[in-house]
Amino acid sequence: MSTLEPADRERAQALLMAAIDDELGPDERRELDALVAGDAGLGAELARLRRVKEVTSMVTLRAPSEEVWDGYWKGAYRRAERGLGWLLVGAGALVLGVWGLWHLLWNLFESLWADTDTPLPVRLAVVALVLGGLVLVFSVVRERLFTRKHDPYDREVIR
Amino acid sequence: MDPEPAAVADEATLVRRMRDGDAEAFGLLVERHMRRAYLAALGLVGSREDARDLSQEAFARAFRARHKLDPDRSFYAWLYQILRRLCFNFRRDRAVRARALAGAAWLADADARSAGVPDPARELERAELRRRVAAAIEALPEREREVFVLKEFEGLKYREIAELAGIPIGTVMSRLYAARKRLADALEGDR
Repeated sequence: MSTLEPADRERAQALLMAAIDDELGPDERRELDALVAGDAGLGAELARLRRVKEVTSMVTLRAPSEEVWDGYWKGAYRRAERGLGWLLVGAGALVLGVWGLWHLLWNLFESLWADTDTPLPVRLAVVALVLGGLVLVFSVVRERLFTRKHDPYDREVIR
Repeated sequence: MDPEPAAVADEATLVRRMRDGDAEAFGLLVERHMRRAYLAALGLVGSREDARDLSQEAFARAFRARHKLDPDRSFYAWLYQILRRLCFNFRRDRAVRARALAGAAWLADADARSAGVPDPARELERAELRRRVAAAIEALPEREREVFVLKEFEGLKYREIAELAGIPIGTVMSRLYAARKRLADALEGDR
């Protein structure tokens, strides 16, 4: 177990990685040697991580058979075409659906509201239904926007 | 309509042609990058069929969003941004993760010489090693896995990983450290 301070420890971890991956410059090499000399735990950790590197270097991604590439680019192109088709179908269906739903609800609302015989509880239920729907839509939209804004993965930037 | 030999056109020209909706240029770009995209997806999702589907889908989305593409920047770097998001979203499906845990068929021996020597005992040993490593990689958080795969299987430099993943080099190193530490724990605990 290393006894380094947190800031030094973070630096040491970066140097350990660079040493294992052969990306260490001469100055960094000296820096790491000094750190390892002063901390036996760090030397043990370096040896442990080197063993992991040795093990993982023994496997690689399995290359596919050549048949995989037959028609690969045409498949990608077909996907692009179909994606556009689905997008248009989806957009059309959405507009028509919203339009139909609006008319349905509006007609229902008008007929119930205009009818003087409609009991008060039913009128209140209509108002509750409309208000509840609006609250739900607002809540979902706000959640989506809030989640996206606070997604840590979307805040990655190159310094 | 088969693409012409890929070597004849430079990438910026192809990207410009693709931006204009040229399917042939798109085909050439796909042929140039399909192997790398497939392997990147394979490293991220651990399933060969899904890697093919996801890499094709990434190309398709790239084509649909071609007007956003800058011809002076690397096409693959742009494609990779689409691909990694697709793979991450894909993996968040619990059923997919469970399926991926089922095997290590997406890994092979790095030492090509072992493939030609029929030695059942050695092959068993190798298969067990692949299984253990695959299970340990599957258990990594997706961002650590990404950096590990780019380093270990693609052999990229830290700077290249930082550019592809859109993160600082320091983050590459810290994620790699965390990944290897988890792998060490998993592999040692698996003995």
